[in-house]
Amino acid sequence: MMFNSEMLTHKLLREYIKDLVANDQRVDGRGFDEMRPIEVLNGTFTKAEGEAWIKLGKTQVLVGVKADIGEPFPDTPDKGVLVSNTELLPVASPTFEPGPPNENAIEIARVVDRAIRSADAIGLSSLVIEEGKLVYMLFLDMYVLDHDGNLEDALTIASLIALGRTEVPKVILKEDGEIEVKEEKWKVDLRDMPINFTFAKINGKLLLDPILEEENVAEAAITLAIDKDRRVCSIQKKHGHFTMEEIINAAGIARDKWSEVAEMIKEVI
Amino acid sequence: MPLYVEKKPDVLITEDGVRTDGRLPHEIRPIRMTVGILDKADGSAFIEWGGNRILAAVFGPREVHPKHLALPDKALIRTRYNMAPFSTPERKRPGPDRRSVELSKVIREAIKPAIFVENYPGSVIDIFVEVLRSDAGTRVAGVNAASLALANAGIAMRGLVAACAVGRVENFIICDPNHDEDMWGDADMPMAMLMESEKITLLQTDGPMTDEQFKEALEMGRRCIRFLYEMQKEALKRPYLIVERSVFEQGEV
Repeated sequence: MMFNSEMLTHKLLREYIKDLVANDQRVDGRGFDEMRPIEVLNGTFTKAEGEAWIKLGKTQVLVGVKADIGEPFPDTPDKGVLVSNTELLPVASPTFEPGPPNENAIEIARVVDRAIRSADAIGLSSLVIEEGKLVYMLFLDMYVLDHDGNLEDALTIASLIALGRTEVPKVILKEDGEIEVKEEKWKVDLRDMPINFTFAKINGKLLLDPILEEENVAEAAITLAIDKDRRVCSIQKKHGHFTMEEIINAAGIARDKWSEVAEMIKEVI
Repeated sequence: MPLYVEKKPDVLITEDGVRTDGRLPHEIRPIRMTVGILDKADGSAFIEWGGNRILAAVFGPREVHPKHLALPDKALIRTRYNMAPFSTPERKRPGPDRRSVELSKVIREAIKPAIFVENYPGSVIDIFVEVLRSDAGTRVAGVNAASLALANAGIAMRGLVAACAVGRVENFIICDPNHDEDMWGDADMPMAMLMESEKITLLQTDGPMTDEQFKEALEMGRRCIRFLYEMQKEALKRPYLIVERSVFEQGEV
């Protein structure tokens, strides 16, 4: 294996991050339970029925919700369909390659999807047009444009905004089986706000909203979703290990952070 | 099942040459170019052109993986044109299709003549064109964006490549066809030029034109491309503009 300057810098940076954490500091000057600033871009960027382009620090994601109508799944005739997909675009990082979603992309998509589903944030039963016959199908396509860490939280926030903004033409299934698409719009009812919070463990300390370098250094990582009743509604422990106290501690920090992020989301929808 | 049904407009162009979006034959849709919007890419550009939203990013020159693809005497140029699932009225399934494979090749062949490939032997330059929102003319918008992203990445180039489409609706030669004209017009001709010598590096035609119409279309294409080239240069300079102010103005703030 060739030794190059990039690896050297990386090793130095690793030690630098760890040293800082030992002194209760972070590379970008944030507190351990402080999120990076969130910016929601103005404008129309897609042909989706609902969309959001957000920046979480230097991480940039674009989420679009496309709608369609179709038959419900046979085992859930009283529920609409939500399909989530994440694309780690090669534009976002020199380490992302073109091709179908890899295990990381699929995990992220499922973590976001699980938070939304577990809190029933969009009310899947409200997507039913005619039980057992016709439902709305929402495709949540999550695009990562610039990867500077914590894609889970950025994509969850963008997804909630995009879903909350989603407007679809009203559809009626007539008795003769004909489908009528109306001019009138039907708006997705965002009834909960399950927000993911990701922590990286470095030197035994929990850092909220890690940047890419902190993610790379972390000995463990975990993502927890908090719903509007401040309950933990979904968890994904990623690499490494945590003590029980650490996880309870993380859930507490996430609970405290919820309203701040939820308010921001409500404001921009 | 489709939620949206498209209808062909009754009149594509009036006798006076007014088009479905109110433009005259020689008018281009509004354009905005921004350079360097991504942090991790070596170069990037975002172009908003009519209803199009296109993001281009460049990585490299960097090591080639897999290694056997490396060329000993020059850089390997790879391009990917990709449409987002939410870029079209009906959701597009993610992943390459025959159209995007062809467009990737065409865009690469439009851009490559501009790059001093011999400056970077054994390495690769990756160009990614992501269509976030499509509204006719994505390939030419993609060429403009890719060219800007390469310049933003500091890749040695002979010059910028600028591109624009022209077309024919009935007896009118029009520039920058919109969605309706792209769908139901009579001819469509995307073109790109390496501006240092005004050599044509991309030319495709879909639809018949007489000898006279073809010449008129080429001439209109060149005029549009020159206009786009001026915009490109301005977009590239913008981040480096020097702000100057006389000290005597201070009191008036």
